Amino acid sequence: MMASSGRRIWGLVYRHLALYRRSWPRMLELAYWPALQMLIWGFTASFIAGRSNQPVAIAAGTLLGGVLLWEVALRSQMGVALSFLEEVWSRNLAHVFVSPLRPWEMVAGMMVVSLMRVVIGVLPAILLAWLLYAFNLFAMGPIVIVFFLNLTVMGWWVSLAVLSLILRHGAGAEALAWSVLFGLTPFSAVFYPVSVLPAAIRPIAYALPSSHVFEGMRAAMNDGVVRWDHLAWAFGLNIAWAIVAVWLFAGQFRHARQGGALLNIGE
Amino acid sequence: MDAIRVDGLTKRYGDVTAVDGLSFHLGRGETLGLLGGNGAGKTTTISMLLGLLIPSSGSITVLGRDMARDRFSALARMNFSSPYVALPARLSVAENLRVYGHLYGVPKLERRITELAEELELTPFLHRQAGQLSAGQKTRVALAKSLINRPDILLLDEPTASLDPDTGDWVRTWLEKYRDDSGCSILLASHNMAEVERLCSTVLMMKQGKVVDRGAPAELLTRYGRDDLEAVFLDIARNRRHAA
Repeated sequence: MMASSGRRIWGLVYRHLALYRRSWPRMLELAYWPALQMLIWGFTASFIAGRSNQPVAIAAGTLLGGVLLWEVALRSQMGVALSFLEEVWSRNLAHVFVSPLRPWEMVAGMMVVSLMRVVIGVLPAILLAWLLYAFNLFAMGPIVIVFFLNLTVMGWWVSLAVLSLILRHGAGAEALAWSVLFGLTPFSAVFYPVSVLPAAIRPIAYALPSSHVFEGMRAAMNDGVVRWDHLAWAFGLNIAWAIVAVWLFAGQFRHARQGGALLNIGE
Repeated sequence: MDAIRVDGLTKRYGDVTAVDGLSFHLGRGETLGLLGGNGAGKTTTISMLLGLLIPSSGSITVLGRDMARDRFSALARMNFSSPYVALPARLSVAENLRVYGHLYGVPKLERRITELAEELELTPFLHRQAGQLSAGQKTRVALAKSLINRPDILLLDEPTASLDPDTGDWVRTWLEKYRDDSGCSILLASHNMAEVERLCSTVLMMKQGKVVDRGAPAELLTRYGRDDLEAVFLDIARNRRHAA
C-alpha cells in the first residue's frame, strides 16, 4: 500500500523534474528572486552597518537573516501552488485526477517538489550572502534548521488555502499563488520585532508561526539564545493552521467534484 | 460481472439537469457508444464514470466496485483519452508515458513503453516533446497513455476528433484490434456516426441528458428506416418520429 503510494508520488515528482530539466527559464526563476532580494537587502544592510553604531549594525545583520528565511516560506508556498498550476496550464489536470493518485498523494508530491524548489532557490542566495556580505546564516547554529522547517510547513498550509481558492474560483484566483504570502509579510515581523506593531495588530502577528520564528531568529542572532517558547508556538500554530487548511482543501476538492470545476478549472 | 453498470444516474446543476436518470450496462469486451448533440450529457456522463464529477443521484459500479465508495481501485483498471485533455507539452513522449506508468503502478514500465511505442508507431518521436507533435501523433500518444496500464475499461471522448480521415481510420482499426485481442470494454462518446457504427455493439442515443433510444446500430437503422446513423441522429435531434 505504502509502496504504491510512494510510486504514485514519485510519478508526480518525476513529472516536475522532467519539466524543470527541459526548461532553463523555470530553473533560473527559482533562484532569481531570492538572489535579487539578497542583493538589494545586502547592499542596504551594508550601507546601514557602515554608517551606524554597533547595535544598528547587528540589526542590519538580522535583516539579511529575515530576507533569507522569509524566502524559504515564500518559495515553499509557491512550490506547491505552482506545481498545481502547471497541471492547470498544461490542461493535464483531468488526466491526473482520473488516475489512481489520491488527493493526499498529489499534495505530498507537490510538497516534495516544493522542498526541491526551496533548496534550489534559497541555497544560491545563502551563498551570495556569505560571499558578498560575509553573512553566515548557519552561524546561529542548528536551530536554523528548525526555523527552515517551520517556515516550509507554513508555506505548505498557506498554499493549500490558495489551492482551495483556485478550486473554488478557478483561474481567477491564480494571482494568489504569488501574492498571498507577501500580504502576510507585515504581520510576520520579518524585519522588525512584533513590539513595533500597533497593539491592535499584535494578536494577528502572534497567530502566525512566522512571527514566532523571526522573534526566535532575532534572539538567536542578537543574544545567542534559543527561545523555545517561540519555537513551541510556531510548531503548535503550524499544526493548528495545517489542520484548518487540510479541512478547507478537502471541502473545496469535494465541492469542485460536485460542481464540475475539475473539468474547466483553467477557464 | 459487467464492466460498468449505471443505475438512475442523474446530475443536476441548480435548476439544470445535465444527465437525467441514465441507466445502462457495458459488458466485458463490448463497445458502447454514447451518441448525441452538444449538451446531450455525454461528457458529463463520462466525467461521472471517472469520478471527476459526483452524481446528484444514482449509482455507478465499475468491475463490481461502487464508484462512490471505492473509486481509486476502479480507476486503476480504467483509463481515459480525450482530445480536450492534453498531456504536458514540455515533456517528451517517453517522459509522459513514464509519469502515467508510475501513477498507474505499471510493472516493468520501460518494457511496456517500448511495447506501446512499437504497437502505436511512436518510436521515431518517443524522445520528442509532446507539444511539438502533429495532431495525429498526439492522438496516438494520448492513446498510448490511455493503454499504459492495460486497462479493462477504456473511456474515449471523441478519440478521432480533428484527425484527417486516414489517421482517423488508422485509430479506429487499431482500437478494434486492441479490443478484440485484449477483451477490453470500451465506452465511446463521439459525433462521428461512421465511427460509432463501425466500433459499437450498442448505441445510446442521448438528448438533453436522457437516453431517447438505444440498440445495436443495425437495429436503430431498421427502426428509423434509415441507411446510416447520421440520419437517425438527425431524426432524433429534430424530433422526427420513427420512420418504421
